[in-house]
Amino acid sequence: MAPNTLSAALLIARKDLAIEFRTRTAFFSAAVFALLGIVIFYFAWDPTAVAPMDLAPGVLWGIFTFSGLLGLQRSFGIEQADRAIDALLGAPISRESIYLGKAIANLVFVAAVQVIAIPAVQLFYGVPLLEHAAVLALIALLSAIGLVAVGTLFSAMAVNTKLAEMLLPVLSLPFFVPIVIPAAQATARLLAGRPAAESVGWLKLLLAFDIVFVVACTLAFPFTIEE
Amino acid sequence: MTTPSVPARAEDAAPAQHSGIDWLFVIAVLAIAAALVRVIYYTPFEAVQGPAQKIFYLHLPAALDAFMAFGIVALAGIGYLWLGDLRLDRAAESSAEVGVMFTTVVLVTGPLWARPVWGTWWTWDARLTLTLFLWFIYVGYLVLRGAIEDRALRARYSAVLGILGSLLIPFIHLSVYLFRTLHPRPIVLKPSAPSLPPEMLTTLIISFVAFTLFYLALVRQRYRLASERDLLELEEGR
Amino acid sequence: MGSRTHDSVITARGLGRRFGGRVAVSDVTLSLEQGDTLALFGPNGAGKTTLLRMLAGLLRPTSGTGMVAGVELPGGAELRAAIGYISHASMLYAALSARENVELTARLFGVRNARAAAMRALERMELADRAETPVRQLSRGMQQRVSIARATVHDPRVVLLDEPFTGLDDSGSAALGAHLAALRAAGTTMVLVTHQIAEGLALATHAAIMRAGTLVRLEAGETIDPATYLTVYREHVTHGA
Repeated sequence: MAPNTLSAALLIARKDLAIEFRTRTAFFSAAVFALLGIVIFYFAWDPTAVAPMDLAPGVLWGIFTFSGLLGLQRSFGIEQADRAIDALLGAPISRESIYLGKAIANLVFVAAVQVIAIPAVQLFYGVPLLEHAAVLALIALLSAIGLVAVGTLFSAMAVNTKLAEMLLPVLSLPFFVPIVIPAAQATARLLAGRPAAESVGWLKLLLAFDIVFVVACTLAFPFTIEE
Repeated sequence: MTTPSVPARAEDAAPAQHSGIDWLFVIAVLAIAAALVRVIYYTPFEAVQGPAQKIFYLHLPAALDAFMAFGIVALAGIGYLWLGDLRLDRAAESSAEVGVMFTTVVLVTGPLWARPVWGTWWTWDARLTLTLFLWFIYVGYLVLRGAIEDRALRARYSAVLGILGSLLIPFIHLSVYLFRTLHPRPIVLKPSAPSLPPEMLTTLIISFVAFTLFYLALVRQRYRLASERDLLELEEGR
Repeated sequence: MGSRTHDSVITARGLGRRFGGRVAVSDVTLSLEQGDTLALFGPNGAGKTTLLRMLAGLLRPTSGTGMVAGVELPGGAELRAAIGYISHASMLYAALSARENVELTARLFGVRNARAAAMRALERMELADRAETPVRQLSRGMQQRVSIARATVHDPRVVLLDEPFTGLDDSGSAALGAHLAALRAAGTTMVLVTHQIAEGLALATHAAIMRAGTLVRLEAGETIDPATYLTVYREHVTHGA
């Protein structure tokens, strides 16, 4: 019997992660990119005028979206190179499982970059991010799900256009606005030592975004690959 | 994949028939002119804001029509994915382009008004920010269209982006709204009692009707252009 | 093509496909039984790939009907489970080994003991000793053999091939031809799209010529004369049907 949607998705995600683990190109460039961004942004402001505390949340989540794009770009690039996507499409698995599998692999990728970026922001900006690890992890998870839901779909579309990966940021970044704003605002409240209850509204907004776009993009995905 | 050029349906093959003068376009331009005359000469100054407030009669109708245009892009997109009829895609394409133009009008008139009234050209007010992001989303939509050769693929991808874009609008609105806003509260769409004086409300309605006619005229022109382009592509055997 | 359709593996009646306003394939009617191999010739843009992708369940027909391996087109997972699809693109992941590529497909098709099945498929292609080599280090000919192992690891009833000889040298083509003959001998029904008329006819029980989206000639093996077929092909393609 052919695997069900979830097991097929896990097979595809595992395959993507195996490829990434073998080549490591995208992860290293995304991680180095994130570190560079964090360092450059520090010097873009006068630390005597803007406290690192005020800067850190915006930098963290701004860099998050840009480094995420690096992983998303290659997501469907590896399928396109030798038309391996045709082999996935020809398998007796649901179309949704392909989207889900790619998205799960992208989620792991984005999370791995965050595991490097968050301590780096703590170190370079001297802000106590890791003291709030639990809430921060929740913010990161909710943000990553939304980012990956939209980005995986657009990655599938972008590879089939003349502009290829150049198109991905243009399509995706407007969709990341309702992720960056709540994530940065919630993180800022966290760093300011405000009670977590103050951030509930922002977290709810992230959650709503995730639900709407995971559903919408899963439904839309078959239209981006089937003819 | 290259394929031979055989017109599939009569409506694809038949050349678009139209006479020399586009009467809807003429009427729309006259309506805009009439609305402007009324705005400038027959509508009183707002007590606090003075003449600058009159730009509001352009700004708000353009914004409402832009929203309508993008709503039509999303609906036509749903229709296309359902029925696969290229006419719906041409409608979406036309509406998106005119919508971007109207959004540009909103983005230009907003700062013109904000400078004398708020004392600054640009402000990250919630609604202005939303409009800016609308502009980005649908300019991206047009870039996507331009990046795809295959006609059917272009239609499908555009439909997906058009639908997702309409889902994004409330989220951008909410997130920038929660960021705090300077914008004047809605003064017309309050269901109980419109606080706008009757003369001003009449002017606003006239202006809105004129802008909507203008929208329809432009979309119709643009739709004809898209039909002829599709026909040409068929004949060239693309 | 006999009138016996009860045991036919591939049938198409008036099958067609439109992309937006343009017609890629129209009114294709054919019938193949188990063990038949159809060689499908035609110039670029004749609609061969489109027809193949419809039979593979990758593309939805916009007109006509078809049945492949007992499933009505456009088919779903059930149809795809019965098909092996091979094209000039390898459809492999260059960073993964030959065995990993084939095993992934085996798992996605729900083959039991996927790893053992993958090894068997590679052995059939005489690639057992290269099983753990990353695909990017294999020659074009070897990649094509991995590709066949991948497409046949689930023992499909139907194998569809889109220009499999493209990019192969003479010895690679000969080896591929031998592997396809073995598949045919095992009772697999095949449709082979190709530009190479000699290689195609060597394998075929049926031959067809496609032009501007339609089949302009279709005949069974006994009436095909390989010596004159190229002339026949040129007549049909250049002068029209």
